[in-house]
Amino acid sequence: MPVSAFLVLAGVLFAIGAVGVLISRNIIVLFMCVELMLNSANLALIAFSRALHVVDGHAFVFLVLTVAAAEVAVGLAMVITIFRNRETINIDRISILKW
Amino acid sequence: MAEYIYLVPLFPLIGFLINGLLLGRLPRAAVNFIACASVGLSFIVAVMLFFDLRALPEGQRVLEQVLFTWIPSGALQVNIGFLLDPLSAVMILVVTGVGFLIHIYSTGYMSHDPGFGRYFTYLNLFTFSMLVLVLADSFPFMFVGWEGVGLCSYLLIGFWFEKKSASDAGKKAFIVNRIGDAGFLLGMFIIFWQVGSLQFTEVMAAAPAVFAAGGALVTTVCILLFVGATGKSAQIPLYVWLPDAMEGPTPVSALIHAATMVTAGVYMLARSSVLYTMAPDALAVVAIIGAATALFAATIGTAQNDIKRVLAYSTVSQLGYMFLACGVAAFTAGIFHLMTHAFFKALLFLAAGSVIHGMSDIQDMRQMGGLKKYMPITFITMLLATLAIAGIPGFSGFFSKDEILWKSFSSSHGHILLWIIGFITAGLTAFYMFRLIYMTFYGKERMSDEVKHHLHESPRSMTLPLVVLAVLSVIGGWVGIPHVFGVTNHFEHWLAPVIAGPHQEAASHALAAAGSSAATEFLLMGLTVVLVLFSIFGAYMLYKKRPELSTSLAQKFSGLQALLVNKYYVDEIYGALVVRPIVTGSVFLWKIVDVLFIDGLINGFAAIYADISQVARRVQTGRIRSYATVFVLGVVAMVGYFLYW
Amino acid sequence: MIGDILTYLTFFPVLGVVLLLLVPKERHDSIKSLSLIIAFVTMLISFLVYALFDPLASGMQFEVNVPWVNSVGISYHLGIDGISLLLIVLTTILTVLAILSSWNSIKTGVKGFYISILLLTTGMIGVFVSLDLFLFYVFWEVMLIPMYFLIGVWGGPRRVYAAIKFVLFTMFGSLLMLVAVLYLVFKYHSMAGVYSFDIQALVSMPLSFSEQAYLFAAFALAFAIKVPLWPLHTWLPDAHVEAPTAGSVILAGVLLKMGTYGFIRICLPMFPEATVAFLPYICVLSVIAIVYGALVAMVQKDVKSLVAFSSVSHMGFVMLGLFTLNLQGLEGSVMQMINHGISTGALFLLVGMIYDRRHTRLISEFGGIAKVMPAFATYFMIVTLSSIGLPFTNGFVGEFLILLGAFQLNTWYGVFAVTGVIFSACYMLWMYQRVMYGKVTNPENEKLTDMSARERIIMIPLVFLIFWIGVYPKPLFDRIEPAVKNVLEQVSRAKSVQLDPVTYELTRVKDEKGTVTDATVTFAPEQEEATHE
Repeated sequence: MPVSAFLVLAGVLFAIGAVGVLISRNIIVLFMCVELMLNSANLALIAFSRALHVVDGHAFVFLVLTVAAAEVAVGLAMVITIFRNRETINIDRISILKW
Repeated sequence: MAEYIYLVPLFPLIGFLINGLLLGRLPRAAVNFIACASVGLSFIVAVMLFFDLRALPEGQRVLEQVLFTWIPSGALQVNIGFLLDPLSAVMILVVTGVGFLIHIYSTGYMSHDPGFGRYFTYLNLFTFSMLVLVLADSFPFMFVGWEGVGLCSYLLIGFWFEKKSASDAGKKAFIVNRIGDAGFLLGMFIIFWQVGSLQFTEVMAAAPAVFAAGGALVTTVCILLFVGATGKSAQIPLYVWLPDAMEGPTPVSALIHAATMVTAGVYMLARSSVLYTMAPDALAVVAIIGAATALFAATIGTAQNDIKRVLAYSTVSQLGYMFLACGVAAFTAGIFHLMTHAFFKALLFLAAGSVIHGMSDIQDMRQMGGLKKYMPITFITMLLATLAIAGIPGFSGFFSKDEILWKSFSSSHGHILLWIIGFITAGLTAFYMFRLIYMTFYGKERMSDEVKHHLHESPRSMTLPLVVLAVLSVIGGWVGIPHVFGVTNHFEHWLAPVIAGPHQEAASHALAAAGSSAATEFLLMGLTVVLVLFSIFGAYMLYKKRPELSTSLAQKFSGLQALLVNKYYVDEIYGALVVRPIVTGSVFLWKIVDVLFIDGLINGFAAIYADISQVARRVQTGRIRSYATVFVLGVVAMVGYFLYW
Repeated sequence: MIGDILTYLTFFPVLGVVLLLLVPKERHDSIKSLSLIIAFVTMLISFLVYALFDPLASGMQFEVNVPWVNSVGISYHLGIDGISLLLIVLTTILTVLAILSSWNSIKTGVKGFYISILLLTTGMIGVFVSLDLFLFYVFWEVMLIPMYFLIGVWGGPRRVYAAIKFVLFTMFGSLLMLVAVLYLVFKYHSMAGVYSFDIQALVSMPLSFSEQAYLFAAFALAFAIKVPLWPLHTWLPDAHVEAPTAGSVILAGVLLKMGTYGFIRICLPMFPEATVAFLPYICVLSVIAIVYGALVAMVQKDVKSLVAFSSVSHMGFVMLGLFTLNLQGLEGSVMQMINHGISTGALFLLVGMIYDRRHTRLISEFGGIAKVMPAFATYFMIVTLSSIGLPFTNGFVGEFLILLGAFQLNTWYGVFAVTGVIFSACYMLWMYQRVMYGKVTNPENEKLTDMSARERIIMIPLVFLIFWIGVYPKPLFDRIEPAVKNVLEQVSRAKSVQLDPVTYELTRVKDEKGTVTDATVTFAPEQEEATHE
């Protein structure tokens, strides 16, 4: 399979993730979309790594996965806290961080 | 011999420190003893120094002592150093002698005042400062004493600080003095700038070489120094503080505002006589101001009813005489009058204090009268002092005043007009002094029964100094009997090495022209005595024989009377022309320039900045999705830019 | 050990801060005692420095010079001369007194308060010991933050406004200073091939007149704001009125001297031509500050803002003295820095004492205090006299020399500045009269207690210093003189002035070419325009 196929898939996934971030109001969905974007980047890295026969891409992917895991852990903890305090996970209602 | 000059100011300093540090912890007797003993010891040392000095050959009568360097800054080296020469010897004798008597008097006068500790602390500090002033060997060190006596004057005038008028008077004295001091400072700066030193000996030695005689520079120096003197010695235009200074305790008025501090200006002029003789224009200014002050203050003195205010204006007037003397380059005569004046004016104030003490603190002469039989010692001593100040032949004031009048007529710097003013003033002096005597000691007893009940002669501690001073007031002038009586003028001879200028030539000149000038001198003397006697007779008629005449006269010339009672409205004029504009101007600077303009400018900038931010902050909606949209659009735009441009 | 004494001195308070962090925040007494001990030990170290300082040697002493960031030429360069020595001793003494004065008046956020004061101390000492511009700038900014908190957290009702005003004014100046510092460093690199932030290295660098003028202006603005020179003074009254007593004491006592110290350490030696060129303007502004500050002080209603405006006036004297460019003026100026620190610090301490009792500083609220608090009145009088500059108190020595120097520079500066002497008596004595004299009219003043033992302990050292410097200032002069002569020698590199080798007076020579001998020129030959300006 040509590397372009992987890249197209990665691009589609990234676009879905990005649109999801822009339109979703649910924090959980938003989070999943962010994960989707991260993983599309991972896919592109692996594809290049394999096509160019270097392992750097693999190493980066592990790094990204770790970061993503940490991010989810912190993020979900924050979501839970927000839900406990405001009883909503609709981000349009959590717009106090302004002005 | 020179090694113990420092003891003279040291003793009062020790007294000040003990009384000051243990304030409120010492019993009254101990405070009194320390205060008096310290000044007494100073007096003893001063007398010893005087005889040491006299034992030296005439040309070498200068003792110097340097303790340590005070301000070392490049070319300017100011020492804590003392200079004892015939001039300062006279001054320390007067200061410690009269000061000692007044300290003793004060123990009686302040015997009922709870603030006695503070009082004697200040008084000792004053004595210390005054001694520093007269013993200093350089202008800056003299300035220490100069400002120090001003401070003590401030503290003692405002001694009863709960009285608004007292604290006002103290503040006024200090500030007016400061105006003079600013002139003094500027004078010093020019001297340093030109001579490169501020030591008296060096300045006086270098002055003839550095300054052009009669030049603008030396004239400016002399006038600036004289500005300092007008502040301290209460001359026109800075005399206004002295009458108000009578708010202080009466012994303070005697010591500071009659005998010692106010004469500091005269001393300073005599000390700088080398400079002044080089600046005839400055001398003319001094003479005119002195004569004008003498006349001006004497006229006010004739209309005052407060016994101390009469004496205050009399002091201003007599100081005017001293400056008149200095202004005609007769510095010796000025110092001579300074000394005799210290005796009789201190006595007058102390006697007045005794009267006030006996009268339960009433100072208005209209409520006195007939005190002669209640206070015989006070009466006699005060009468003797009055005779001295009026210039009755034989009394001390006669010799010194006559010397001044004669010099103002005969000196090469003199002028007949100066003599006429001095002559008229002599008459006025005799008039207002006898007015005081008659209103206080003679006539109807106008006080209330309550006061009359308490009326008593003062205690021994107060009358004793009166008697001593009375003796001095009578005989004090005999050391300077003028040549014309066919004797040597010991006083002039004694001061001759210190006082520069024409008096030696003048003396020889006078001797050369002995015949005619002696006749003139006797003639002028006779005229003065006649005028004085006439004035006394006038006072006798108006205030003793027919008191109703004085009231009708006052009504007849009510305008003049009001002018004199209100002291020519000088305080009001100063208030309107100087004080109010400065205060209003300051408020303007504060409210308009500072708050409105400078701060307004800065706060205005800040406000503009804040307004812009008000608009800019609307970008922050707080919605994550709008941030993300902007972010994505931004990424797209950037990618597009890199791809297609 | 002794060689590093400046390092210990500078960072000892930081050690104290670390220790303070370990103390639980509710244990107020431990916090207060610990910070007092730290400040006291710092003071003892500074006394040791004073004792070890050799007054005869000229040049920097106790120098430490360790490369720090080699690639850009930043080094850890410390050293002091007589001027910084005296200012350091003043700083450490005032810190101890400031901590003592806050003993009972600071009740909230105690730990933060003392940490701020100790950090401030490090910043202040750091500025005085730095011989590297980078270090200087860092310490300069380090001072700002604790002071901001002191005013903004523990201040009066308008504290936030005052704190922000203070920071913005100072920041505005110091950013320009940063630009100027960087320009100097790059210029040095272009000429010498290496970077250096070293003040002594940069001093010897030739600069054209226009460069000097811009750089001087940038530095001078930063320093003039700090002094503060008229018309940049408006932050000062606000900051003083709102700051807690300790803040005011340190602000007036030390922080204002940073400005004048900067002038004497950086502006004068580095930009001699510009100094001479700007001299008339700065002198005129100083004279305005003297008179203006005094006049405005006279009509203030709040004692603290009165003292603040009096500071404007007194610091005007210091500036005037600096720019007289003669020995008397400069020495007087340094003396006046010390003396102003002592007398104004003492005034703020006294005002703080009465504020602790009455919680107001309005003059009209008082009257007759001398009757109820005689000891307080006595101390107040002594400090008042020192502020007025009465001979034999410290205030006189500096003021006298500055006026003398100014008069030699230009008669009119002397004449106008001397009116400050009159007005200072007016505003101080008027204030004293309204606060202390008269009858007690306000019933709240009747039950005031006189000074406590702690308050007396605060005042006694200051009163001692007031009289010691007033009567025997020679030891101070001995230490100042070599440093001042150095500064004057550096200024004399300017072509337009000549230094008299005996009196150390700089006289301006005419602009005609050829009047300047080669010996006084260290400028690179290409900068010909200097003579045209």
